[in-house]
Amino acid sequence: MSEYNFAYLDEQTKRMIRRALLKAVAIPGYQVRFGSREMPLSYGWGTGGVQVTAAIIGPDDILKVIDQGADDTTNAVSIRKFFARTTGVRTTTRTERATLIQTRHRIPETPLRDGQIMVFQVPIPEPLRWLEPRESETRKMHALEEYGIMHVRLYEDITLHGRVATAYDYPVRVNGRYIMRPSPIPKFDNPKLDRSPALMLFGAGREKRIYAVPPWTPVKSLDFKDHPFTIERWAQACALCASRESFLDEVIVDDKGGRIFVCSDTDYCGRRQERAR
Amino acid sequence: MYVAVKGGERAIEEAHRLLADARRGDPAVPEITLAQIEQQLALAVDRVMTEGSVFDRELAALALKQARGDMFEAVFLLRAYRTTLPRFGVSEPIDTAHMTIRRRISATFKDLPGGQILGPTFDYTHRLLDFDLAAPGDGRRERGSLGAPSCRDLEEPIDEPEAAVIPRVVDLLDREGLIESEDPGDEAEPVGDLTREPLRFPCDRAARLQNLARGDEGFLLALGYSTQRGYGRNHPFAGEIRLGEVEVELAPEELGFPVTIASIPVTECHMVNQFKGSATAPAQFTRGYGLAFGEAERKAMVMALVDRALRAGELSEEAASPAQDEEFVLYHSDSVEASGFVQHLKLPHYVDFQSELVLIRNLRAAAGERPSA
Repeated sequence: MSEYNFAYLDEQTKRMIRRALLKAVAIPGYQVRFGSREMPLSYGWGTGGVQVTAAIIGPDDILKVIDQGADDTTNAVSIRKFFARTTGVRTTTRTERATLIQTRHRIPETPLRDGQIMVFQVPIPEPLRWLEPRESETRKMHALEEYGIMHVRLYEDITLHGRVATAYDYPVRVNGRYIMRPSPIPKFDNPKLDRSPALMLFGAGREKRIYAVPPWTPVKSLDFKDHPFTIERWAQACALCASRESFLDEVIVDDKGGRIFVCSDTDYCGRRQERAR
Repeated sequence: MYVAVKGGERAIEEAHRLLADARRGDPAVPEITLAQIEQQLALAVDRVMTEGSVFDRELAALALKQARGDMFEAVFLLRAYRTTLPRFGVSEPIDTAHMTIRRRISATFKDLPGGQILGPTFDYTHRLLDFDLAAPGDGRRERGSLGAPSCRDLEEPIDEPEAAVIPRVVDLLDREGLIESEDPGDEAEPVGDLTREPLRFPCDRAARLQNLARGDEGFLLALGYSTQRGYGRNHPFAGEIRLGEVEVELAPEELGFPVTIASIPVTECHMVNQFKGSATAPAQFTRGYGLAFGEAERKAMVMALVDRALRAGELSEEAASPAQDEEFVLYHSDSVEASGFVQHLKLPHYVDFQSELVLIRNLRAAAGERPSA
């Protein structure tokens, strides 16, 4: 693919995206507008994440791409191949070896370390969007820190259902200031954002927004004193590696109600199985 | 023992192979050429160029061929190509008053300088399937029977396209002060470009028109139609629709004067809309504007309707209907964005769904514990 620049995007575009990223890092959780380009993959397939990765990837990086926690789901394969072709960088499935991890819907189970960068694919960046569809309004609400509407919504859930009825993309408050969507990760992964040693970058291509959580930044999942935030737990262990700590996918094995639970993080699960052997 | 599903890469390659086969269809049928698409599916080519924001008939034809005739996919292909192109400069504004006219009609005046020129239109065809076209032939036999009337069917034959300046209806109205004047703004100001800078609200008219020009014709058609049925009615008249060639001029910095770099066909529509006046403005007609590459009359018309509807705020009209809602219209008009986000629902969502399963089971268990309400 010599007819395209390293990592596909031209250097001017990369610079524009990097500027947006720097601003995003400087104001944790704030959504920065950027001149999102039309990419050769469809909106909704991770165009925001791909642009962020393309803007920051260098020849020495080692890239890991996951979708639903797995390295071998079709879209993860497709994005990894895109960067392998356009950059020639090394790729890996091992979380600890990667310098750059692009993800859709999960944060790896293996703890991240200092120097690693996570790039999240974001469908809807605005945490207040389901409460207020207008961008002109939500921008004002963020500017004025007018977040009462979000707390009222969580409170209504508790009065109606006895708990907050949000399972993924659970809203967080970053550095005590901006309310942020962590992208559609399960709330199980929210605690991994808090004071993480890794840099977290979020790219929303269609919505043309970038935001970030710098390393070691406090990230608090919204809750109430008498209804503290909790994460998902399973009665079962992973059927493959016996982990009781990881996020489990449910797999239906027959049409008689038979099901097993397996780790969604394929690298974590595979490594545990190797070690057990 | 359960083994996790693998093999995404092989599956993707096989899918691409199947797609290539399906695109070609039965090899016994001759392959369609780009020239055939360009010439005989010209309106499809025009639409792909307009919504794809690139004037290049051959590339649009290629996109249509590769997309198996799917408009949305073809527009997407052209857009993804466009985004890699360098930008040499910004052309001078095209001058549609100097258009070489192929078609020009006004619904507001029976006759006017330059006259009414019917041109190649479906308007007065009887929509009867023309079985002559089903048989192989040179396709010209239909002339004078069922087919679209051409220029040559007019009472006064026009051998040469009209080259003289044909004044625009809105300019005639403007001279009398009956229609709002249009301030072209400072031409030295840089022209915005939505493909470089994202939308900002409130949106200026240039950005809005760019968005509408790139917007999906079907979406805009429905919105324009809704204004006619009372959802944001603005009493439109088709002041003028004209189709023909305009020159595109560019003034390279090193030359300092404009040179013609292309001649392209465009369709332009000026809607003339009633305005009863407000506390600060006297009653006068207002404008809605539409412009598209090639022959794209429906697109130009609905663009003009929606443009006018979106001026509700500026004209202090009540804005309560979808077509008048700037964020609603402009955020949802782009077919590439819309199609992508709708279709991404096909991607795996196992993790989110699992979270929801856990939640629903918990909620149901909690409800089971409570005495029935």
